[in-house]
Amino acid sequence: MNMNPLGDSAIMIRFDDNITFETHQKVMILAARLQERPFPGMIEFVPAFTTVTIYYNPIHLTYQEAYAALEPMVAELEVSSERTSRIVEIPVCYGGKFGPDLDFVATHNRLTTDEVIQIHSEAEYLVYMIGFAPGFPYLGGMSERIKAPRRSSPQLTIPMGSVGIAAQQTGVYPIETPGGWQLIGRTPEALFRPHESPPSLLHAGDRVRFRPISPEEYHQWKGVTS
Amino acid sequence: MTIKVIRPGLLTSVQDLGRYGMQKDGVIVGGAMDLFAFRLANILVGNQEEKAALEIMMLGPQLEFLENTLIAICGGQLSPSVDGQPIPEWRPVLIKKGGILSFGAMKTGCRAYIAITGGIDVPEVMGSRSTYLRAEMGGFQGRSLQEGDVLLTGSPSKWAIRTLHRLVGNSGSSLVAASKWTISQSVMPIYRNNPVIRVIRGGEFQWFSAKSREQFFKTDFWVTPQSDRMGYRLNGSELKLSEQNELISTAVTAGTVQVPADGNPIVLMADRQTTGGYPKIAQVATIDLPILAQVKPGEIVRFHEIQLEEAQELLRVREWGIQLLKQGVQLKD
Repeated sequence: MNMNPLGDSAIMIRFDDNITFETHQKVMILAARLQERPFPGMIEFVPAFTTVTIYYNPIHLTYQEAYAALEPMVAELEVSSERTSRIVEIPVCYGGKFGPDLDFVATHNRLTTDEVIQIHSEAEYLVYMIGFAPGFPYLGGMSERIKAPRRSSPQLTIPMGSVGIAAQQTGVYPIETPGGWQLIGRTPEALFRPHESPPSLLHAGDRVRFRPISPEEYHQWKGVTS
Repeated sequence: MTIKVIRPGLLTSVQDLGRYGMQKDGVIVGGAMDLFAFRLANILVGNQEEKAALEIMMLGPQLEFLENTLIAICGGQLSPSVDGQPIPEWRPVLIKKGGILSFGAMKTGCRAYIAITGGIDVPEVMGSRSTYLRAEMGGFQGRSLQEGDVLLTGSPSKWAIRTLHRLVGNSGSSLVAASKWTISQSVMPIYRNNPVIRVIRGGEFQWFSAKSREQFFKTDFWVTPQSDRMGYRLNGSELKLSEQNELISTAVTAGTVQVPADGNPIVLMADRQTTGGYPKIAQVATIDLPILAQVKPGEIVRFHEIQLEEAQELLRVREWGIQLLKQGVQLKD
């Protein structure tokens, strides 16, 4: 574990140099502590794969003071505690116009499209962090059997809700954005909800399952929620 | 007050101090690029600092004021005028009903803030009124201003109403009148073209080759046209790691200088993503972010190293100056 400045207004705590479940647990425990007991001068924090970054106001607090406020919180973390995570189910309509690259992912892995859907939807994924775009989850736990390279050139617009695969990662695009992932399906669920608090459906530490739905269910869902 | 957008300019957007508390949900901070000029503009029209104002870039808008309005323009010198009469920056200015504010040549800097007394009245989204262009939300309908938009403002402070009345009294038949006082230069950042920017070392500074570490501080970097509110892409000495090393994605911040594999550094600015995975060679000291925010593509920057303690001390001294100035403005009557 080490603590270092990130510029003159933030401090980064790094627990490890490898992404492991144990490191993730430490990240989540510290995040929970900071949420419950922010120290004076703290602005916000961002949990990531192996780090927690804490932003503070340098007008009120020197780096040394921020360090001193955090040190005891980090020290007592060494005592590992059990955390229960929330499971969030995300409905996905796989293939067709919603998942134009499903065939590619299947062919690439010598599988049928049904097998890709089954493998993708039977796994349980862990949200390591949210980043890249509002509400975008970095998920761990995808099977190697369905991994696929990124597209050689990124698409200018990937529709909101697209579910993609890049190498051994899978994720959902919460807003329309450019991107280079292989798109295998789309969810009607909104991952980014700017008018709700908190605005992201998913948070670091959540567990995720994808549930296959038909195009009819997709449209029905969209009709109900919009 | 009501303001009509006659011409929108190149990129005119509603901004404020930024959106905090949701970076863990991937929501960017955004807000004004030059926070010093933004805050000063609000202070000079008697607004609380969190009120929303307009950020304009390079080619300013043309705005018609439908009522007598107190405004202040701070930041880059973009040659503002009302009906052909040049108006000064960094001080309160009255624009009378029917006055049309236009901008001309870009003389220094590239971004300016138009604060309007009472603040621009747009709904708060996730705790801020700044425009989040990529997510198409916040600010004025989630976008930059367009021809025909009509902006409304909140209620002016008592100080602003008194100042407005006094300027109306002084204005005679002119559609515009500026206060006779301005702010002291001593509190201002030293805005200049091709600036030297103070930085502290980044988390992965030691990952870079000895040659690259030296070149970072001793050679010029050119600000490329692919620079925007999200980040400045620089071009100069190719910065290389001494050995191949992968960084696990983690949080970044304003002023992070990250270096992708091509060796060209990117300085993250207001609309940066919340996380990144490139090695960080340096961090721009917050005190110099306003200066960097005024640098336009084509300019050259150099980096100068300072220590973290100095960077924080400079901020505290600047803040003290701003607070004094704020009290001083309130006493002008």
